Amino acid sequence: MEKKQWFLKGMRDGVPIGLGYFAVAFTLGIASRKAGMTAFEASLMSACMLASAGQFAGIGMIASGAGCVEMVVTEVVVNLRYLLMSSALSQKVQQERPFYHRLLMAYGVTDEIFGISMATEGKLYPEYMYGAATVAAPGWVLGTCLGALVGMILPPSVMSALNVALYGMFMAVVIPPSKKNRIIAGVVACSMAASMVFTRIPGLNRVSSGFQMIVLTVLLAGIAAWLFPVNEEKGEKKDAA
Amino acid sequence: MRPNIYASLLVMFLTIYAVRALPLTLLRKEIQSPFIRSFLYYVPYVSLSVMTFPAILSATASFWSGLAGFAAAVILAWVDGNLFRVSIGACIVVYLVELFV
Repeated sequence: MEKKQWFLKGMRDGVPIGLGYFAVAFTLGIASRKAGMTAFEASLMSACMLASAGQFAGIGMIASGAGCVEMVVTEVVVNLRYLLMSSALSQKVQQERPFYHRLLMAYGVTDEIFGISMATEGKLYPEYMYGAATVAAPGWVLGTCLGALVGMILPPSVMSALNVALYGMFMAVVIPPSKKNRIIAGVVACSMAASMVFTRIPGLNRVSSGFQMIVLTVLLAGIAAWLFPVNEEKGEKKDAA
Repeated sequence: MRPNIYASLLVMFLTIYAVRALPLTLLRKEIQSPFIRSFLYYVPYVSLSVMTFPAILSATASFWSGLAGFAAAVILAWVDGNLFRVSIGACIVVYLVELFV
């Protein structure tokens, strides 16, 4: 019963993700079409990987006929942030559940699904991620397919508005805990400030956004962990309050 | 390049899946180190914040609608916190700002 409820909750929370994905995936479909891929190939790609930056990089490499080694290295670098997210999820997920859940969950480790999964109270039910992925992935694949077939079918004003859907969700994940916990509020504010500084400094702003995120996350989460180690029992209770 | 496209997709799929699956499958026990536990505790807050700002300011048709969307998201998340309402609310604010400004 509990598992089913988590699945349904995941589906509910997956709706804005699916909408945001739908909009973002159009551009992906259009790009893959330009690179000479068919709508089927583009959709298959999206269904296999749910990885926007990784897919854009991949489309470029397919178009230029890149070799296997180049593909592996590029995809590892572009998707390195998932290594951090997957590590955090490995500690959040219910420890007692069978191993295959971890293999299935890995498919759904995207920025957005990761965000909402870490925001759940207590230990994470894998079913929650499955529910979210069940709604979000079709949005991603369908958007890609339509983008490849007919290009932009939504008016630019709607596309522009939908672009903030995913960011809005990130805020819904980080702001509520900031209200209850001043340390988290400080971490969030410092992260945004540091990210702003990064994009303004000449030289540093040429670093890709994915790599920027990794550097800043390792640095800032490391500093926060050093200055404000989390006291498990208290930390959990504070979150739940 | 044609015949290789499925091979390319397979290589990419396996690489990306491996990056996502390795920590989840290898780190099966609870990590004991308080530092690493704390580090992982802060990872989502830092990573999601870094990804949002300032990227959101250039995600929409204009800087001002992006800023309005960001402000709306933060305020809605503060007073409400529901994922769906925050997300859609921010979209609506961006749409309205671009309509009128």
